[in-house]
Amino acid sequence: MASLRPRGSDDLGLRRALSDRLLPLLVAAMVFLAALAMAGAIAAAGLAAHWRGGAASLLTVQVPQPEGRAEAVALVLEHTPGLTTRRLDAAEVADLLRPWLGQDAARLSLNLPAVFEVRTDPVTGPQAAQFDAALERAAPGTLVERNGAWFARLVALAGSLQACAALAVVLVACVGAAVVAVAARAGLAARRDAIEIVHGLGATHGMIASRFAGRVTLLAFLGALLGVAMAVPVLLGLASLTAPFQAQTLAAPAQDDPGSLFAALPPLLWELLPALPVSAALIGWVTTQITVRTWLARLP
Amino acid sequence: MVRLDGVGLRYNNGPLVLEDLNFALAPGAFRWLLGPSGAGKTSLLRLLTLSVRPTTGRLSLLGVPIEQARRRDLPPLRRQIGMVFQDFRLLPHLSAFDNVALPLRLAGRPEGQLRVDVGEMLRWVGLMRRAEARPAELSGGEQQRVAIARAVIGRPALLLADEPTGNLDDAQAIRLMQLLAELNRLGTTVVVATHNDSLVARHPGRALRLHEGRLTEETAVSVTGLATPGRRATDRIA
Repeated sequence: MASLRPRGSDDLGLRRALSDRLLPLLVAAMVFLAALAMAGAIAAAGLAAHWRGGAASLLTVQVPQPEGRAEAVALVLEHTPGLTTRRLDAAEVADLLRPWLGQDAARLSLNLPAVFEVRTDPVTGPQAAQFDAALERAAPGTLVERNGAWFARLVALAGSLQACAALAVVLVACVGAAVVAVAARAGLAARRDAIEIVHGLGATHGMIASRFAGRVTLLAFLGALLGVAMAVPVLLGLASLTAPFQAQTLAAPAQDDPGSLFAALPPLLWELLPALPVSAALIGWVTTQITVRTWLARLP
Repeated sequence: MVRLDGVGLRYNNGPLVLEDLNFALAPGAFRWLLGPSGAGKTSLLRLLTLSVRPTTGRLSLLGVPIEQARRRDLPPLRRQIGMVFQDFRLLPHLSAFDNVALPLRLAGRPEGQLRVDVGEMLRWVGLMRRAEARPAELSGGEQQRVAIARAVIGRPALLLADEPTGNLDDAQAIRLMQLLAELNRLGTTVVVATHNDSLVARHPGRALRLHEGRLTEETAVSVTGLATPGRRATDRIA
């Protein structure tokens, strides 16, 4: 394609018409928000997967008055296929009861129940009714507390959060496109005379649109890089705040260990963050092409 | 080359500014375009530069019927048409050199070859030393010479000029008319709109005369500057 001036020069005076200040800053703000929303979506997805896959399959089996009865229950648990069982020791049971009984539960001479933490395999695990009946036969009065119902609600909540975060990313992309369109139209208005002159001299619509799109793409890319650079420290800070809640899936960041900082965020987020500048540039290019070509269509 | 059959033009929903124009220009023809202010000269030139399309009638430029032309056919056509605007229409952020080079760059001419041609053209219009000056740094006459250089640098098949000598002194005006005559002799079709009677008198040729948007007559203008309706004269400028 023919160019209006040598490569790198400013054919239509776009460096002044499309300033390198406002548009990159607006794009940086949009990308910053998109990075936060994306991180939220990934975190919600991770929590949902964790709850769905692990925590939701967790059962708590309590055997009151455990003398002699706990062993019978343990035998049932051992011989039921699709179960992974662990009996909590006395100290762990005391820890569980500390909110109600305080530090000295052992001194109260209470007959504490035996507690089993049981994981069920969703495929090979037993049916709930049969399982409960087997335990009841082994030790009448045994309580089975299922976390599944609660975790199903949490999974639904996480799904809602994920959808909201994804919607936020889409909205940010739309607002970003609108910002680019407004900037491109302002540039068109500022360079109307120049465009009409080169159009009259035989410049094609593609030629003019590519000059605008090239400039906007560059500004959007640089602005997005700035936005990602602003978002990473904030995301690491948030990761360190939420580390206790996600200790099972992610490492808590240590300030003096870059490797630990890297591990503080989900790998998927590290993979997607570099895509933000590329996406911003692509949105800038497509939006500007459409805006400029639509405007040029009014010319004869 | 150029053919108008019943061409009319209106802007938006306004009145017709050009009405029922019928004329044809053969390749290598020269025409003065005469008429009082508001007669429609600039509108006719806008039609011939494809800045507007006719509202009615049929316009054919360089053998291409405009009403049937697709949008993508027009840019190559525009590159074969040179235009000297009354208000110069230079790009203010470009130097004189880059303004003159624009048509060649649009045509995809290699940069090395282009520099020689533009330098030669700037030398011809006496602006070699002002090649890097921007339009705002040039006088009206210098800007007009840049506009002329830009219009002719691509050796257009059709050259249109709207009051091209308005800001030139006599010597420069004479040089410009010599250039137009030379291009015309080499086969370029030339249409020059002017109010300058003495210029027309010095360079007799055929003229299109507009009045209130209508072509009143096509005349031959003699060396005395008097119009002679209907007289057959040479198709080229003297």
